[in-house]
Amino acid sequence: MSAKTIVTTEALMKVGDLPLGLTVQPGSTVDFKTGDWRSALPVLDREKCSYCGFCYVYCPDGVYQDMGPEKYYKPDLDYCKGCGVCAHECPKKCIQMVIQEV
Amino acid sequence: MSAPKGKSDSARAIGLEVSLAIAEAVKLAEAEVVAAYPITPQTHIVEHLSELVANGELTAEYVPVESEQSAMSACIGAAAAGARTFTSTSSQGLLLMAEMLYIASILRLPIVMAMVNRAISGPINIWNDHSDAMSVRDCGWIQVFAETGQEAVDLTIMSFRIAEDPGVLLPLIVNLDGFTLSHFIEPVILPEAAEVRRFLPPYETAHKLDIQNPLSLGALGGPEIYTEARRALDLALTGAKPRIQRVFDDFAKVFGRQYKLVETYRTEGAETILVTMGSISETAMTAVDEMREAGQKVGLVRLRLWRPFPVEEFRAAVAGAKNLAVIDRAMILGFPEGPVATEIRALLYHEKNRPHMTNFILGLGGRDVPRSHFKHIVERVRELGASGRQGRYELVGVLE
Amino acid sequence: MKSAEVQFEKVTAKTFPKGPDSLAPGHRACQGCGEVLALRLMVKALGLDFMAVSATGCMEVCTSPFPQSAWRMPWIHVAFENAAAVAGGVDAGNVIRRRKGKMPDRRIPVVAFAGDGGTADIGLQALSGALERYHENLVYVCLDNEAYMNTGIQRSSATPFGASTTTSPAGKVSKGQNTWKKNMPAIAAAHNIPYVATASPAYHLDMMNKIRRAAAIPGPAYLHVYAPCPTGWRMKSELAVESARLAVKSRVFPLYEVIDGRYILNQKVDEPVPLGDYLKPQGRFRHLSEQDIALISERVNREYEHLAKLAETFSEPSF
Repeated sequence: MSAKTIVTTEALMKVGDLPLGLTVQPGSTVDFKTGDWRSALPVLDREKCSYCGFCYVYCPDGVYQDMGPEKYYKPDLDYCKGCGVCAHECPKKCIQMVIQEV
Repeated sequence: MSAPKGKSDSARAIGLEVSLAIAEAVKLAEAEVVAAYPITPQTHIVEHLSELVANGELTAEYVPVESEQSAMSACIGAAAAGARTFTSTSSQGLLLMAEMLYIASILRLPIVMAMVNRAISGPINIWNDHSDAMSVRDCGWIQVFAETGQEAVDLTIMSFRIAEDPGVLLPLIVNLDGFTLSHFIEPVILPEAAEVRRFLPPYETAHKLDIQNPLSLGALGGPEIYTEARRALDLALTGAKPRIQRVFDDFAKVFGRQYKLVETYRTEGAETILVTMGSISETAMTAVDEMREAGQKVGLVRLRLWRPFPVEEFRAAVAGAKNLAVIDRAMILGFPEGPVATEIRALLYHEKNRPHMTNFILGLGGRDVPRSHFKHIVERVRELGASGRQGRYELVGVLE
Repeated sequence: MKSAEVQFEKVTAKTFPKGPDSLAPGHRACQGCGEVLALRLMVKALGLDFMAVSATGCMEVCTSPFPQSAWRMPWIHVAFENAAAVAGGVDAGNVIRRRKGKMPDRRIPVVAFAGDGGTADIGLQALSGALERYHENLVYVCLDNEAYMNTGIQRSSATPFGASTTTSPAGKVSKGQNTWKKNMPAIAAAHNIPYVATASPAYHLDMMNKIRRAAAIPGPAYLHVYAPCPTGWRMKSELAVESARLAVKSRVFPLYEVIDGRYILNQKVDEPVPLGDYLKPQGRFRHLSEQDIALISERVNREYEHLAKLAETFSEPSF
């Protein structure tokens, strides 16, 4: 005997699969890509870039990667939210925020 | 191995204030962090614990916090760091830390707390009833009630073993009545330290903050997981029941004192059964003896375990009774019965042969509970049973 | 040893820690959040060899939606008002386990992070208790975005005079917040703890060194960190760092340290930029008249001068 109406659920996980004490693995937000929040894209003019690293330091989301021998920093677009702090803080003004087509 | 019993046991008993005995039990359990804030009538427990720490008799961090809210917060922090953690409170202090109790249980941290039961304000009142315990009925902690000093000591030691059982990992409250138990000097056997250590090995767990295995504790649980999280906690709590009895049994093997989730006293052939919790059970048993001598078929059922509620054990204990007098030491304002009675009535709803049941509320805010109360209750429950009236509390000794 | 003499590895432009952040991306902080920037840089300075405690608030909610966490070190969140007490408990647990040989024999800093509401309002008692109890490895960081941003920009006692919030709105008969900002670092300093400092993400090396110093000094430390909030301050998302910089340059948020009672003004601001330069890009101050700004400016300058006097007077450790 069971009810005819099926109950749908938005549950993320089965009760029995929950970790003890609802603990969470470290750094696991990397699974959540915030790049799709972005409406403007930072575009770097490498000619003007002095490799000062301000974009790397001041990015709230820490998306800039040091390209090492290539001497510039590159944003990880999986996470870049397009806030524009990098462009605003760049002393050489070599980052442009370019509106992305939807 | 069985501990010495009988004569040698009584020889080992010493007269000790129950609060101090509990502190000694916490010492025997080798608690590592005690974070507490003073409140009457809990004070003697934490005073003695800080003395034990000050004298180097207990190697622990005593954290003299500035409030009960911080007491439970610090306990959560310490337990999350993997330390064996103890605290104690009463009444208003419990209410101030209530928010944290719910969090300690969902985080599955095995904190042990002695709750020295005291009435909740208002009016402000420092004396005993169970309104504090009942206010945190649903906080997800295991909750037991002690009747005697010896039981309070034994439950304190067993509590750490229950709470830390990897199959349980839940916080636990040992309830004991303020003043009427906490401040009485009773004969108490303090177990041997070496035996306690064998019974209760040092606490080691992987469920902690650890640089080598850096877990996050206390994440946000949205609508997509909150239901499952609450269900998991309920399963953990209800699932703890057989493990609690197993620890009671193991304790009996080592120390010779056997405890059960639900105790019965002279219930064989009893037509009327009193249901009690805590230290008034002693008075009630004396009253039962007297009524039995007078030929009345009266018995007593005492709940030692309150959460998880020992459903099957309780049903079995009261099976066959005609009248049930359920005693509450707290009221549910705006509802016809007290908290214990409400739950028991709900449990009996599905029984084919339900006893008649009446709820008696007494001993509020330290009001004395003499034997005559229980005799009155037994008469009343029979009267009401015969007339078929039930479902509304009777406040014993109220002047109206 | 005097706290000022405690050694720690300095962060410089050259020794700036590279490698993955201690706070992972993928967290849900708003675009251009100055608070998460300050948090990211501070935990980057600390590495992974510490334990973190969060109060409920923006940083906790945005970093830990189950089953994910941005924190790469051991982390715990319990409630709103009790980060200091939880951190004190964690430290007590670590201390006793270390003493009993259950942990490696070294200090583990326990760093609590809370917002201004969680610090100056609802968490003040727990913080005062924890500072007074002198937890040996406790660092407490207040990330001050000057209102209850997580619940929707309600005023706190750290909201500055004149700011319009959802519970101190500017209106026909109101200029917005009508009280002066609570001086939280002074309250912390009054506990005579070894280390109190203010810091700003715009001065990132200074901020990163301050948290390293705070973690290195035995005894409790308090850091008050400016955390611009584009959402709550109603300003453009790219202005977090600039507004933090202007707050220092206009004397609104002086950078200073109190080490064993000795006051050090880290950034002398002899020629402050006009206060309007700081206030005007922020929508929360849009309603203020030049007269209002002059009134605030006078107060800001007096508070700065007071601090300068403290630095002049207490140039040696007091305890």
